[in-house]
Amino acid sequence: MNVKFTHYVIAAATLLFSSNVFAAAPIKIGALFAVTGPAAFLGEPERNSAKMVIDEINKAGGVKGRKLELIVYDTAGDATKAVQLATKLIKDDKVVAIIGPSTTGETMAVIPVAEKEQIPLISCSAGSKITDPIKKWVFKTAQNDALAVGRIYEYLQKTKQTSVSILTVSDGFGASGREQLKVQAAKYGITVVSDDTYGPKDTDMTAQLTKIRGTHSQAIICWGTNPGPAVIAKNARQLGIKTPLFMSHGVSSKKFIELAGEAAEGIKLPSGKVVVADLLANSDQQKKPLMAFVKDYQKHYKAEGDHFGGHAWDAVMLIRHAVENGADTATGIRDQLEKIKGFAGIGGSFNYSAQDHAGLAKDAFVLVEIKNKDWVIVK
Amino acid sequence: MQFDQILQYTLSGLSTGAIYALIGIGFSIIYNATGIINFAQGEFVMLGGLLTLSCLELLALPLWAAVPCAIAVSTVVGILFERLAIRPLKQPTPINLVIITIGGSILIRGLAMLVWGKDTHAIPAFSGDVPISVGGATILPQHLWILAITLVTICINKIYFYHTISGKAMRACSYNRRAAGLVGIDVRRMVLFSFIISSAMGAVAGIIVAPLTMTAYDVGVMLGLKGFCAAIIGGMSSGLSTVIGGLLLGVLESLGAGLISSGYKDAIAFIILLLILFIRPQGLFGKADSERV
Amino acid sequence: MEKLIRSGSNTMKRDLLLFIGFSVLIMVAPQLFAGGYLMNVLVFVGINTMLAIALNLLLGYAGQISLGHAGFFGLGAYISGILTTTFSLNPWLAMPIAALAVGCLAGVIGFPILKLKGHYLAMASLGLGIIMYIVFNETVELTGGPSGLSGIPNMKLAGVSFDSDVKNYYLIWGFTLAVMLFSINLANSRVGRALRAVHDSEVAAQVLGVNARLLKVQIFALSAIISSLAGSLYAHTMTFISPASFGFNFSIELLTMVVIGGLGSIYGSFLGAALLTLLPEILRGANDYDIIIYGGLLVLMVMYMPGGLVRGIPDLFKKIFKPKGGADHA
Repeated sequence: MNVKFTHYVIAAATLLFSSNVFAAAPIKIGALFAVTGPAAFLGEPERNSAKMVIDEINKAGGVKGRKLELIVYDTAGDATKAVQLATKLIKDDKVVAIIGPSTTGETMAVIPVAEKEQIPLISCSAGSKITDPIKKWVFKTAQNDALAVGRIYEYLQKTKQTSVSILTVSDGFGASGREQLKVQAAKYGITVVSDDTYGPKDTDMTAQLTKIRGTHSQAIICWGTNPGPAVIAKNARQLGIKTPLFMSHGVSSKKFIELAGEAAEGIKLPSGKVVVADLLANSDQQKKPLMAFVKDYQKHYKAEGDHFGGHAWDAVMLIRHAVENGADTATGIRDQLEKIKGFAGIGGSFNYSAQDHAGLAKDAFVLVEIKNKDWVIVK
Repeated sequence: MQFDQILQYTLSGLSTGAIYALIGIGFSIIYNATGIINFAQGEFVMLGGLLTLSCLELLALPLWAAVPCAIAVSTVVGILFERLAIRPLKQPTPINLVIITIGGSILIRGLAMLVWGKDTHAIPAFSGDVPISVGGATILPQHLWILAITLVTICINKIYFYHTISGKAMRACSYNRRAAGLVGIDVRRMVLFSFIISSAMGAVAGIIVAPLTMTAYDVGVMLGLKGFCAAIIGGMSSGLSTVIGGLLLGVLESLGAGLISSGYKDAIAFIILLLILFIRPQGLFGKADSERV
Repeated sequence: MEKLIRSGSNTMKRDLLLFIGFSVLIMVAPQLFAGGYLMNVLVFVGINTMLAIALNLLLGYAGQISLGHAGFFGLGAYISGILTTTFSLNPWLAMPIAALAVGCLAGVIGFPILKLKGHYLAMASLGLGIIMYIVFNETVELTGGPSGLSGIPNMKLAGVSFDSDVKNYYLIWGFTLAVMLFSINLANSRVGRALRAVHDSEVAAQVLGVNARLLKVQIFALSAIISSLAGSLYAHTMTFISPASFGFNFSIELLTMVVIGGLGSIYGSFLGAALLTLLPEILRGANDYDIIIYGGLLVLMVMYMPGGLVRGIPDLFKKIFKPKGGADHA
């Protein structure tokens, strides 16, 4: 605690000095992450990554001679708090852009504030409706759920499996996945034979799985974030279910393999490329930034960088890009963001335009399988 | 509807219900000795699981040593809680006590978050995880552990409350605290005892369930709530009726999820709880008492 | 007798003066904080004050606990939200419809639920709150489910849209002050005295000719209606709602506001709501330590101010300024 305190003092002192020494004031960027609460698995890596990359940019002399200053607030995953804190960032801290929030629910709540105050918002959450319909001030870096669902369905179509059971968590993440799973099924000639949910804090899903077993579907797709899917994997193993099990990109981290143990073997899921960075072909545009991100994160936090952190990394880099192109006001950053083309980040290759504020295509996801406690790309 | 499906729902429900029962008894014991609804009860469940994890990984203890260690430490937390938060209270009105236990549970949860982080942790099963087949349904060895340990704990409880001096004294407190004090029972000591027993039982529940459900700093909230529910159905008894209450709740949830709707399964359980209370306002097994004027 | 009456009218005069003073304070506050973020927090202090008063009427005056009030709050918010988005109704029409519906529901459910006592009532109301939460979460077609309901319009009055913090502040505090005035009057009326009688002993109150059961249900319905109003205002201020704001945790937080503020005191509810709404803002700098400090503070407050802030603060002043006089108190 003492060390932390001196840290703050030094940070405060340098801040004071830097504003005296450099003629140009730092560019203030706000960030809203769910660092605590049920979505902490998103917020914590996001905060870590954003801090890491901002530090590095500043160490290298900032952008065009200007330092970047990051102000992070913890929303605890609560939409009300997110709105309050967005107001605080804009009114008290006078930021020129906001990164986050971490979840779709919070983002939807913050959008009216960003639109009214005319501050660019780069969301780190996945819901398709964030940028569809398009909103002037809102961008996002997380891959749409629709793309992840598309990856799974494409594979099922290729392997001629036509009936699936879905089991989704009853929170924002699961609800969005459930909607996409049902909407897109027909397009791939797939029928959803059973549609079940479970609570984010539930501890036993054998009842749902027993019911699913009775439907004799050809695949089970589970949409949730840790620890629920790990419980489901274990329950499925207990019940001796042999039907192929698919998960969402919500569990594409080593943590899931650690929690589910043996039960994780053979599970397939769509994932951002970050978990398989070293397996990518050298020709892949994303390989270089991915490897750099993974190495950096390991160095700073002694943990594996995941694609959630990558969303924040991308957001900071996109803003840097905009600043490099001469923008330092809210309007300027917004206009420059919209012009970004072919930016290779962690989540994928971003191409923003006036009609597209999500910027990613289906190749942002790869389908991976868990084999011997590690990831393998499914061809 | 096939028989093996129903059997599977029931077996799953029974093992979840056993956990609710253990937590519920913890609620009842403290309630009977003190009149407090201890909203921090769920936190002992969390502590049990996470402390076992630390004993296994940090101290590299074998499981048979890690479990008693975790229970002992949780019990110490229970004692500290009673000494530091409950006993010094100047105006122990029921509502103030409720807020104290809520504050205490937030505090314990916050400390746990600092110590163990926000991640979920897995704990190895006591004796492997090769499924056992029971007439078309399957269970894990851990389920047998849960049922057995619940049974043993309840038996020990029974012996304590009916065949030892301090157990009898505690029952006397639950009937009438003032009268118990008059006949020479140290009521404050009994309050401390009730916290010791409850925190230990909460920890046991947390330990035996962790290999199945995994554990994290925030698992206590939901489990505590379900345990409270079990205790209410059982009429706040510290014996068999709360066990039945817990098992009933577990089976209802499981059947509700399997047969009716998984999204509404908790709602189904709570609607049935409300109906029980509307028909029998003193719980399924509680005795009606009249208001003294 | 004459003396008694005069003292009665004196307390009423004092109450009125206190209320006017308080209202003036509330009304000039924006002149000091306008434009900043604090304004936004004060809007939420207003909403939470209204909710705390609603619960206090039930808990502090009638002595009936509820751990499900966030459900009524949410129901008001959702009915208003759905009526104004899906059915594009005027918010001023949607608000009373929501209040009426919630009041009816509370009235119907009040009869069986208020038959219960103590911890059974706590559990039943808790269950009721959780059932409502699950309904918000699961009726996806209607409520948008866990992803929430967005695009709720702001309130409009005579061409002015309440779309900024300052405007919302006046809108919400206008309602909150009205609720306060109403509650103070209620507490001083025959009904208030009857409620206190029920609080002390239901049977004794029955004997004295108070229809305790009906009275309890009426106050429960009133409390739900005020919560529903707060919910509607919340929905139109935030323009977005999701089930997470109306869960079990918020019910507990409301209960804490009432007790920390002071049971049976309207201004106490304001103090409790203000403290618990501002506290997280003050603790924000403490990062991950905030929840520990928050929990610890709750425990300490109940220990050292068992009567709540409304009684604890004057005692504290007495202790500081009259160190010797304080001794006879203890």
